[in-house]
Amino acid sequence: MPGRASQANVTSITEATCKGGVPYSLGAKPRGRGAMKYIDEYRDSRIARALVAEIQRRVTRPWVLMEICGGQTHTLMRYGIDELLPRQVELVHGPGCPVCVTPLETIDKALELASRPEVILVSYGDMLRVPGSRSDLFRVRAQGGDVRIAYSPMEAVRIARAHPGRQVVFFAIGFETTAPANAMAAWQARREGLQNFSLLVSHVLVPPAIRVLLRSPENRVQGFIAPGHVCTVMGYREYEELAREFRVPIVVGGFEPIDLLEAISMLVTQLEEGSTDVENQYARSVSREGNLPAQRIMEEVFEVCDRKWRGIGAIPQSGYRLRPAFAAWDADRRFGLSTITADEPAECISAQVLQGLKKPVECPAFARRCTPENPLGALMVSAEGACAAYYHYRRHAAGE
Amino acid sequence: MSDHAKSLELSCPLPLPAKDQVLLGHGSGGTLSAELIREIFLPAFSNPVLARLDDQAIVSVNGSRLAFTTDSFVVKPLFFPGGDIGSLAVHGTVNDLAMGGARPLFLSAAFILEEGLSLEVLKRVVGSLHRAAADAGVEVVTGDTKVVEKGSGDGLFINTSGIGLVPEGLQLSADQARPGDRILLSGPIGDHGIAILAQREGLEFESTVESDSAPLHTLVAAMLAASRALRCLRDPTRGGLSSATNEIAQQSRVGMELDDAAIPVREEVRGACEMLGLDPLYVANEGKLIAIVAPEAAEAVLAAMRRHPLGGQAQIIGTVTAAHPGLVTLRTTLGTSRIVDMLAGDQLPRIC
Repeated sequence: MPGRASQANVTSITEATCKGGVPYSLGAKPRGRGAMKYIDEYRDSRIARALVAEIQRRVTRPWVLMEICGGQTHTLMRYGIDELLPRQVELVHGPGCPVCVTPLETIDKALELASRPEVILVSYGDMLRVPGSRSDLFRVRAQGGDVRIAYSPMEAVRIARAHPGRQVVFFAIGFETTAPANAMAAWQARREGLQNFSLLVSHVLVPPAIRVLLRSPENRVQGFIAPGHVCTVMGYREYEELAREFRVPIVVGGFEPIDLLEAISMLVTQLEEGSTDVENQYARSVSREGNLPAQRIMEEVFEVCDRKWRGIGAIPQSGYRLRPAFAAWDADRRFGLSTITADEPAECISAQVLQGLKKPVECPAFARRCTPENPLGALMVSAEGACAAYYHYRRHAAGE
Repeated sequence: MSDHAKSLELSCPLPLPAKDQVLLGHGSGGTLSAELIREIFLPAFSNPVLARLDDQAIVSVNGSRLAFTTDSFVVKPLFFPGGDIGSLAVHGTVNDLAMGGARPLFLSAAFILEEGLSLEVLKRVVGSLHRAAADAGVEVVTGDTKVVEKGSGDGLFINTSGIGLVPEGLQLSADQARPGDRILLSGPIGDHGIAILAQREGLEFESTVESDSAPLHTLVAAMLAASRALRCLRDPTRGGLSSATNEIAQQSRVGMELDDAAIPVREEVRGACEMLGLDPLYVANEGKLIAIVAPEAAEAVLAAMRRHPLGGQAQIIGTVTAAHPGLVTLRTTLGTSRIVDMLAGDQLPRIC
């Protein structure tokens, strides 16, 4: 976005990684009029129709594809792309919604922190409505908690500098996409010796989750659209390993309608031809190696750890935590939160939805007992959650 | 079944406790606001005028039809590109009157000041309020001042009420839309909300977008001069175009089909929305209106809007339907159809 580049080298790393779906957030920035035209090309109905015709020509039998990222699910629903596809192509929606998979106990820790008078809890906006065991951040704020929304963790660092008498905690969640910016915040805090800043870290990694889905005996997915933002940071070498190990085609895809139709077309072509390659549809943003400076700062600040996923369960080696060198900026340690644990009750079907076994509309609670105003599960909370995407855009198709 | 498959049976839900306190979302203009009105205010004050749930009440007094409305202004920051809380306090109330087809006449202005507010700031706001009223041709004829302790307010809140005169025989209301009617929009959406958001702590970004805050009553007069076949007017403020169209669809028990390609959005606003993960359909406006117009009058009204300085980019953005009553749908640029839902609370800038 014009203007964000002014923060010199800090943003040069974070910018390419945060909200990379729009081309102007990348290295070479088209601006103003040109930038929007560039996006419009990826929403062009003539190109879309040509791609749909191409898919129709290629497809000879049913295929089940999964888009990993919640941003991709959102685009599919918002543009009604599932309406355009031949009926043989079924899309199921993956676990790539960071808000949705952040574990209950991490939410509870954030709620506990936000309730303390000395703490300013800074969070990405869509975490505020996610229900914890007993409350959510909006409610804690209504009861006097100081909860602030930021677009970047560097904003939280600035708030910490401005309020030396308060403890500022950034709620550092997300996939590999947000990890470089969060790592940069920890790195910057250490460099400045910022004593009143810390991070509540609950990062998750995409490839281990795909591995769990593919190992499940109930797996139906035959091809994956890999998350373009994550791959902008990480590259796609890890996905080549997955494709080899499980004999499954993977296409790194973007977030605009044309991106997704093109990725679907590439997957259908591979499946019909029996190939199991990794291809890169989102080449305007993603390289095989990824963003190396971003990977370096992540490597310096984070180490891989086991992680619970809300709706899925514990997955070994599927998350990041701060390295010991950054322990002083770890909110878990600073505030002694490690004793907070929570088990997830089993009522809604988000586990099956996150694995692509069921569609949101197959849940008896969908749009009845479970709505965005009163969500039963996190998938109904975030705009990128599959249930919320169905609720907002497709309810009429469900016969509501 | 493997261990992994077993762990996959875990699931993730949890109902929250009963709603027992006011949340910010109750003021968003979305479904939480509607719930508050339906469950607390309507039962308490139940009467036929209020039950119409229009932006203004229209009452008859000795043969004159008066429009009466009130609005409170709590905008932060107090000064923003394209306006300030003073001018907004005039435009908001003038527009609520104008949406009933009324000629605005008189305003009240009540100030709630927080201890410690700079008098310089107060003077600037009052000066701006005065100028906006003069420009709109209305007079502030009564007022009130209260001061609250430091910490009990946010610098400055303003309430304005307004009275206007409604022409004989005119009946604009949210329950008047009929299948076949056209939906007109006076110009690009989202300017006000994005101008304010760009100033907020934590989201600061460089933006050239200015608030569209403006008084719409002369635009409405021009539209009424072109045709009396107007059914309903709404200014899509909080909750944006989505809330305004959904409210009309529900009140009139009709469906609506909007055409995405016809809805004007400035490129800067679209860019900011892309970056923050917001949908312009839900972003607030303070100088735009939507009009539900009988099909045979739509072109004449559109032409009148486009001749007016505040309607130069007016468009016909959709049609009222008999199908799916209460539901607003949008034809996407790809030719598919999706719902335009009313949000529960405010749109949240999404992660990454």
